[in-house]
Amino acid sequence: MNWRRLAAMAHKELIQIFRDPRSLLVVVAMPILLMFAYGYGISFDIKHVPICVLDRDASQQSQDLLKHFQASEYFRVVKVANNYRELNAAIDAGRCQLAVVIPWDFSRKLAAGGKVEVQAIVDASDNNTANVSMSYSEAVIRGYSQQVQLEWLQRHGLAGASTASAPIRVDARTWFNENLESSAGIVPGVVVMVMAVVGTFLTSLTIAREWERGTMEQLISTPVTSMEVMLGKLAPYFVIGMLDTTLCAVLGVLWFDVPFRGRWSVFFLSSTLFLIVVLSLGYFFSVVGKSQMAANQMAMLATFLPTFLLSGFIFPIDQMPVPVQVISWVLPARYFMTIIRSVFLKGTSLAQLQTNLLALGVFAALLALLATRAFHKRLD
Amino acid sequence: MTNGDPSVVVRDLVKRFGDFVAVDHISLEAQRGEIFGFLGPNGAGKSTTIRMLCGLLHPTSGHATVAGIDVAREPEKVRQQIGYMSQKFSLYNDLRVIENLRFFGGMYKVSSSALPERIRWALDMAGLTDRESAITGTLATGWKQRLALGCAVLHRPPILFLDEPTSGVDPISRRQFWELIHRMAGEGVTVFVTTHYMDEAEYCNRLVLIYRGQIVASGSPTELKQRAMKGELLLVECEPLGPALETLKSAPGVMDAAVFGDALHLVVPEASEAVHTLNSYLSERGIRVKKIETIRPSLEDVFVSLTTTHAQSAPDRRPQ
Amino acid sequence: MTEPNAAIRASELTKRFPGVLAVDRLSFDVSPGEIFGLVGPDGAGKTTTLRMLAGVLAPDSGSALVAGIDIIRSPEGARHAISYMPQRFGLYDDLTVYENIRFYGDIFGIRPVQREQRAQRLLAAAGLGEFRARLAGKLSGGMKQKLGLVCALIHTPKVILLDEPTNGVDPVSRREFWAILYSLLAEGVAILTSTAYLDEAERCHRVALLHQGRLLFCDTPAALKQNLPGAVISIVSADPRQVRETLEKAEGISSLVLVGSGVHLVVDDAARRIPELRARLEGSGASFEVIEQITPTIEDLFVAAVQGGIAGKQP
Repeated sequence: MNWRRLAAMAHKELIQIFRDPRSLLVVVAMPILLMFAYGYGISFDIKHVPICVLDRDASQQSQDLLKHFQASEYFRVVKVANNYRELNAAIDAGRCQLAVVIPWDFSRKLAAGGKVEVQAIVDASDNNTANVSMSYSEAVIRGYSQQVQLEWLQRHGLAGASTASAPIRVDARTWFNENLESSAGIVPGVVVMVMAVVGTFLTSLTIAREWERGTMEQLISTPVTSMEVMLGKLAPYFVIGMLDTTLCAVLGVLWFDVPFRGRWSVFFLSSTLFLIVVLSLGYFFSVVGKSQMAANQMAMLATFLPTFLLSGFIFPIDQMPVPVQVISWVLPARYFMTIIRSVFLKGTSLAQLQTNLLALGVFAALLALLATRAFHKRLD
Repeated sequence: MTNGDPSVVVRDLVKRFGDFVAVDHISLEAQRGEIFGFLGPNGAGKSTTIRMLCGLLHPTSGHATVAGIDVAREPEKVRQQIGYMSQKFSLYNDLRVIENLRFFGGMYKVSSSALPERIRWALDMAGLTDRESAITGTLATGWKQRLALGCAVLHRPPILFLDEPTSGVDPISRRQFWELIHRMAGEGVTVFVTTHYMDEAEYCNRLVLIYRGQIVASGSPTELKQRAMKGELLLVECEPLGPALETLKSAPGVMDAAVFGDALHLVVPEASEAVHTLNSYLSERGIRVKKIETIRPSLEDVFVSLTTTHAQSAPDRRPQ
Repeated sequence: MTEPNAAIRASELTKRFPGVLAVDRLSFDVSPGEIFGLVGPDGAGKTTTLRMLAGVLAPDSGSALVAGIDIIRSPEGARHAISYMPQRFGLYDDLTVYENIRFYGDIFGIRPVQREQRAQRLLAAAGLGEFRARLAGKLSGGMKQKLGLVCALIHTPKVILLDEPTNGVDPVSRREFWAILYSLLAEGVAILTSTAYLDEAERCHRVALLHQGRLLFCDTPAALKQNLPGAVISIVSADPRQVRETLEKAEGISSLVLVGSGVHLVVDDAARRIPELRARLEGSGASFEVIEQITPTIEDLFVAAVQGGIAGKQP
């Protein structure tokens, strides 16, 4: 291994990366763009759902209930309907997703101390939002209901006893992501996506480009060895990949307020292994692809789609059918995703992440071997 | 052979791309039935000029008519009057011979009544009458070349543009090809050839040498070799060669000296005089002279002598 | 006849591609201090031969020794001693002239001081001295070619392999290019260059004419021309077709070609035929200016060899 030759290859590659506006864009802008696009764009939190109300009672109590809805940040009253027809029209037109109907005997029944039903109609064509909207509206109503109960008890001098009378109480604690902010779950996943896409995308061009431009034929007639070519070409991408990953992690912590409870050493160890995986893969495609376009397409197909769908980024793996779960076992991104999420949100120790790290290590070794074997200094 | 109005007239044609002057005031005339050559290295402005004459590029200034049609005003009409054969032929390798012919017939709007006859003619000319179903990609270069020529002239254009038509083609196919061209020229077709191959230029009746967008010489190949060259060419066989070259470069009366295989080529103002002087000049310096004789300059010698003086008098205004 | 100290020795090299025999039992030698030309049209096998000698393509059979090393079995051993400049040579358009030279210098392990010295000398000879900071992609065709040569020569090879290095280059740059090549011969370098320009063959010390993968001739240009049976005659005329018609029935003509300025013929005996032809032309009133014997060109030789099946001196 001649270090001078290796350095010459790395130096040349670095110059070429920085002189090509497109690769510069990918290196600098893409990670930031992906972070913000996914961090903000994908959110399972429901806020400001447009709702429509029909108040048939028009009493002080009904108005009180409606104020609860209005005050909630989950809902936004966009229409106060006068009758069912208007309500239906609003839902059909998509102007509101949820409709609350307060019956005409609301206040009378409440005053009498009995039960009263409030109707909530939800547009379930967006399944996700519908479910959550339903539960939120139930929560709002329950909140109001409790308030009414409390006032009644107070008026009847039984306030002290009320708290003990609720038969069942649910003590819900959400671990690791108290606010159930989906960005906390998404953002670490974006770190994985960025590395997978940027790493494989960039390297997939490197060998194919030299063939296409015609410089490869002369290169293979020089003393440089295949190993020097590979390591020399991948070295700059490794450094860039590490920097990009760190940038994403820092952005996640500082901007998206994602906690970082694990150790930086685990972060860098797993990142190194995963980088070896993606760079080897990209290099392999570049050798096999023969043209930049072909290599690029292979790279995108092999990294973006599986990482997005099967690594646990959006869709939980254990909710998938078993055959698909099996497929995810051969996806290095799956293991890295688990590790990264742990590092950010859980802070588990190295020992507990052993299996995942080992799996990642095996993949790194296998793919690196594949990449070294793929390139030959021959024209045929 | 050449009579009547010239079929191609170019006056002060200029093409600028931003600051870059690709074609710098070119003027020429080509007669009917003439084989006219555009000779110059890559980047000299040949392709740009041809594109303007084909109506594919709008001139910056100047004037050109092809078959009487003004190329700037009616570029579409011009294209019906010309046939174009590009370097490496632009045939569709996965189509059959007959399919290529039909395709180009359609492109050139040959009427459906005339097309079968024209196709038969083209096949006959190319010698492919029994091979019309052959896949074009399987043909040898020489056959492809003649097929490409056939495709370019299905619509009987009065003017034919050939771009590097025989570069890299074996000499026998090349001769057969030029035989066809001469036949067409004999029937009155004006043939425009662009090339950077000096020996291809020998097949042309008249040549213009183009360099950096300007015409540096024009005339028949013989005329150019006899008159355009500044000075005369000597062949000197001597030993040792290297030192001989060094001293001769600075010798009085030697305009240029270069190695050529086992000998030196010298450009001198006057051959007979120089032969005498050089003999003694070299012997004095311990160089054994085996032979000095006058040789005929090639077109390349002419080109070099013209472009060196040209470059000295007018520095290159184009970005290098 | 094999040269004991050959810098390149090719022996029965053969290479087949699907559907075509690209190189057919090719054998030749190149000595140190010699410029050897592989001459032939496209498809003759020039590029394939050079690739095999450069060790980037394996032949189907045959052997080759380059700079004393068996390039087929151990190509890596010869890399330091060889310089290969393919048709699409390895200039990096997005690197500057200086960065390109530095890259190749490092790849060949040249020390920076030596590299600088050599680079300066070569760049000056190529007329590229002021362009060190220029991006290679922004150079003109001729300058790129010269830079390609400089990069190929930054180390001191024993053997230089060039594939059509002056294709499309302007004649002045072409001369400068050849001047650099000639200057290397004093160092004992062997240069093998290929060209489709038949007239460029004249610049080589020895030439191998290739046709469809086979060797037709291998000798010095002068000897090759003497090999042509008969003589070449040129008739300058304003009406070449008329001349040809007139001479159709004349005797002793083995080939007749129309050229721009007239007609070229190959006859069996110049001294005898010239007066006969002149008489015939004058008799029929065909216009002509000159009728004389001229030196045959490599093209004449090529055509005669392929058509007449004339065998040349084999190495």
